[in-house]
Amino acid sequence: MIRSSALPAETAAPGVPDLLRARDDFPILGRRIRGKPLAYLDNAATTQKPRAVLAAVRRYYCTSNANVHRGVHALSDRATQAYEEARGRVARFLNAREDREIVFVRGATEAINLVAQSYGSIHLQEGDEVLLTGMEHHANIVPWQMACDRAGARLKVAPILASGELDLAAYGRMFSPRTRLTAVTHVSNALGTVNPVREMVGMAHARGVPVLVDGAQAAPHIPLDVQALGCDFYVFSGHKLYGPTGIGVLYGKADHLEAMPPYQGGGDMILRVTFEKTTWNAVPWKFEAGTPNIAGAVGLRAAIDYLDAIGLAAVSAHEGELLAYATEEVRRIPGVRVVGTAREKAGILSFVVEGVHPHDIGTILDHEGVAIRAGHHCAMPLMDLLGLPATARASFGLYNTQAEVDLLVAGIRKAGEIFR
Amino acid sequence: MTDDLRSLYQEIIVDHNRRPRNCREIPDADRTAVGDNPLCGDRLTVYVKVREGVIRDIGFVGSGCAISTASASLMTEALLGKTEREAAALFGRFHDLVAGPGREKRASLGKLEALAGVREFPARVKCATLAWHTVRTALNAPGETASTE
Repeated sequence: MIRSSALPAETAAPGVPDLLRARDDFPILGRRIRGKPLAYLDNAATTQKPRAVLAAVRRYYCTSNANVHRGVHALSDRATQAYEEARGRVARFLNAREDREIVFVRGATEAINLVAQSYGSIHLQEGDEVLLTGMEHHANIVPWQMACDRAGARLKVAPILASGELDLAAYGRMFSPRTRLTAVTHVSNALGTVNPVREMVGMAHARGVPVLVDGAQAAPHIPLDVQALGCDFYVFSGHKLYGPTGIGVLYGKADHLEAMPPYQGGGDMILRVTFEKTTWNAVPWKFEAGTPNIAGAVGLRAAIDYLDAIGLAAVSAHEGELLAYATEEVRRIPGVRVVGTAREKAGILSFVVEGVHPHDIGTILDHEGVAIRAGHHCAMPLMDLLGLPATARASFGLYNTQAEVDLLVAGIRKAGEIFR
Repeated sequence: MTDDLRSLYQEIIVDHNRRPRNCREIPDADRTAVGDNPLCGDRLTVYVKVREGVIRDIGFVGSGCAISTASASLMTEALLGKTEREAAALFGRFHDLVAGPGREKRASLGKLEALAGVREFPARVKCATLAWHTVRTALNAPGETASTE
């Protein structure tokens, strides 16, 4: 764990050299907010970008920019190569069997919409069921609601326990002969709970049900291997992984992707078009209509390279120590309750303070230069379940320090004093 | 505490948040409206009893942050006994106070001045104005839902 002050120049300490230097790689972390050093603890919303990512995007536009898959000229070749190499890099990051199992999309949200609409259109019929958990982000609820409405199918929602853990036994009991797919989050964005997805995939597959895993909050924290997990689909967003906004990934097993109809129509996703009939392009391009976010893919590749160089295992250990420290410190503050006490958590600390609304905590912390999220975290059904209108949430990234946790704790104490 | 934070969370705001005034349903209210900021989670219902164009009783219930609760509380005190026309004028002046263009010279709004600090926190203007938009809805289009998001 980084034990020195929030200032980049003072983060040197022996032990984990790559992680300790990492803070200096993020230009934005050097800026001040309202005269105070920035303590950015809103990483579950989006992460900051290292120079390597910024440089890769800039380099792409300065040296290689052209459209992909269609030009006869040199730049188009380079752009196509950069884009397809990024796909290969993502495939290795996830340990996908083949590059073509990686579809580039705008983000996790679009990936889920793609599967809900495309896979849903051939597999969901009246009376069928899609099984979710009670801790899903709206992005893993609403697309399924839309697909179910269209088909006359319905959502079933597995309950969660008071700790914020999934009731795994109840989840198992909620499968029925009509369950066509189960879509579950790997890590809860509101509570930090890590779900036992491998076990859940086993339970689903034993009943012949395919699984989509929402990895938006897991990909930046947990080393991934989609073959070991066995899931049918895995989705994540580049911007939560120190990459650019507007680029994300859908991993799908090749046989699923082959069988699924296109999601959007347009250029690049076709082989041949006449006004009578169009022949789809091969997987994955069948799902990538129009000019893709080439620079985004290049930036995402740079982010993955960066993260891999540091090592996700080291990142995960560092964030785990920060979370443990923050949990302990925050719990000492009178009137504070930690929301989400699962045994396995990743980088997220949700809490409420008696007599102080989360938004007021957010404003007071902002004044100390500490950026957190306050609200329902796009998980309104979960908040209803917990009986809370909102929580305050601090979420950690690879560059955060113990000193920043101390600022967080001091800010919460200040909020408590103002409202005492 | 920094100055603008102190000016946002003045004693009067903290007090009206802890002990909101007129925080009650009015069963025989003739105008009500709901104010809902779903992204924030701030939600309140405003009850108004108007007799011969004058606000004879006003109350609210709901849950929200300190700024929205204190603003609702202070608003009920400010509007009690006012005519509907005066209420509409005060709405405009309050809006200028928390979100107006500059620090132009203007007459004091009394206790409501406590909310002037919101001006420095653009993200919180919607909290301070929710109750006011809700009462305006209650007076002009009762039964409808107001939002400042």
